[in-house]
Amino acid sequence: MRISKSEMAQDPRSAIDPQINTPGREGLTGTAPVNLYARPPNREQVTIAPDGKPMEMQPPWRRDFPIDALQDQYVERRDFMKFLVLTSGAFTTGQLWLAVQNWWRRRRGRPETRRIASVAELPPGEAQLFAYPGEHDACIVARLPDGELVAYRQKCTHLSCAVIPRIEDGTLHCPCHEGVFDLRTGRPLAGPPRRPLPRIALDVRGDDVFATDVEWRTS
Amino acid sequence: MAKPDYLHFFIDPSRCIGCQACVHACTECDTHRGDAMIHLEYVDRGQSQQTVPVVCMHCEQPTCAEVCPADAIKRSADGVVQSALQPRCIACGNCVLACPFGVPEVYLERQIMMKCDMCYDRTSIGKRPMCATVCPSQALFFGTREQIDQLRPQSAPANRFQFGAQTITTRVFTMVPRRLASAVPFVDVTAAMNEEPPPREIRLKTVAAEWDPYADIEV
Repeated sequence: MRISKSEMAQDPRSAIDPQINTPGREGLTGTAPVNLYARPPNREQVTIAPDGKPMEMQPPWRRDFPIDALQDQYVERRDFMKFLVLTSGAFTTGQLWLAVQNWWRRRRGRPETRRIASVAELPPGEAQLFAYPGEHDACIVARLPDGELVAYRQKCTHLSCAVIPRIEDGTLHCPCHEGVFDLRTGRPLAGPPRRPLPRIALDVRGDDVFATDVEWRTS
Repeated sequence: MAKPDYLHFFIDPSRCIGCQACVHACTECDTHRGDAMIHLEYVDRGQSQQTVPVVCMHCEQPTCAEVCPADAIKRSADGVVQSALQPRCIACGNCVLACPFGVPEVYLERQIMMKCDMCYDRTSIGKRPMCATVCPSQALFFGTREQIDQLRPQSAPANRFQFGAQTITTRVFTMVPRRLASAVPFVDVTAAMNEEPPPREIRLKTVAAEWDPYADIEV
């Protein structure tokens, strides 16, 4: 809708703002389109340091922590490439470290066979502690009511608390977070642990019980 | 969207009648309901009933952002200094101590600093801030330069302030007497706080003011 010049002259507000009744502008303030007045030049670089010197002469932290939101949100291509290279490098290093650990474990081979208990001292329903293969690797050997011998590492697979056998229930109980393992298989039954206990391979020769291997299992 | 560059905020403290309409309008805003970001200050309550509305002046070099240790105070491209970013602000109160105008406030129960952002949700689409819409004496005026020149022929906008050794240029204007605006380069805000008048050169007649021809002669 066009407004004639005489109508514009009648509006007393045109003395305040001569452009008040121009098309696209309907009011004293507030509804003017943004492109009505000339835009200033590039407004991204508006940060001025308090000493008034240009940004090249400022300490590096002022470029790292700019006050203006546009510069703060802007991610340089170089910074993004740095992030990519460092992150993928960290993942690659982790994979290499896992491979080295696997190789080292395979190279070490099976632990030595050692006598850990005697059958005569383990009546059905009893359990004993022993250390295998190192002297700080606490393990537990238990004789089930039917006479079968089972042995596991004593560390709970959740947060490494010592598990306690409950032979009459047929379970191993972790008191820290109420984790429960099956005594016959070592698999988790309840509570936070998700992985079975490492099983100690046993060999019974006459009266002597020998530990021959540690079976690490993930499921 | 951004605040249009041709619209400015003009504050005329001499027109303020202390009606608190701006405070209540600010309180009603949904982005900070119940808390007023505008402060109505009494100049000298024992001697005068003059009040001053204090909104954020949106400095060219924001002191609050300069002192922020958490990099939380950012300025958008149109020069509006925003409230602290919620994920970054640590509610240390540095900005409260640093701001020469006393604008930011820390809300301890929310652990964040909040300040006047010139009603960015309104000004960014060309509307006036809440306080400027309700001010009955138009001590808070939001509009173009041409409008303020027409409406206030006796006053001129000033946006340079002196606080001790710090000179601040702001995007919000204060109306000062027109004849003073051309003579004084900035508004010396802390001058009224000085107990002593500024030093002047004083010459007193002294007894030995006249040159004594024999004074330098050694006997």
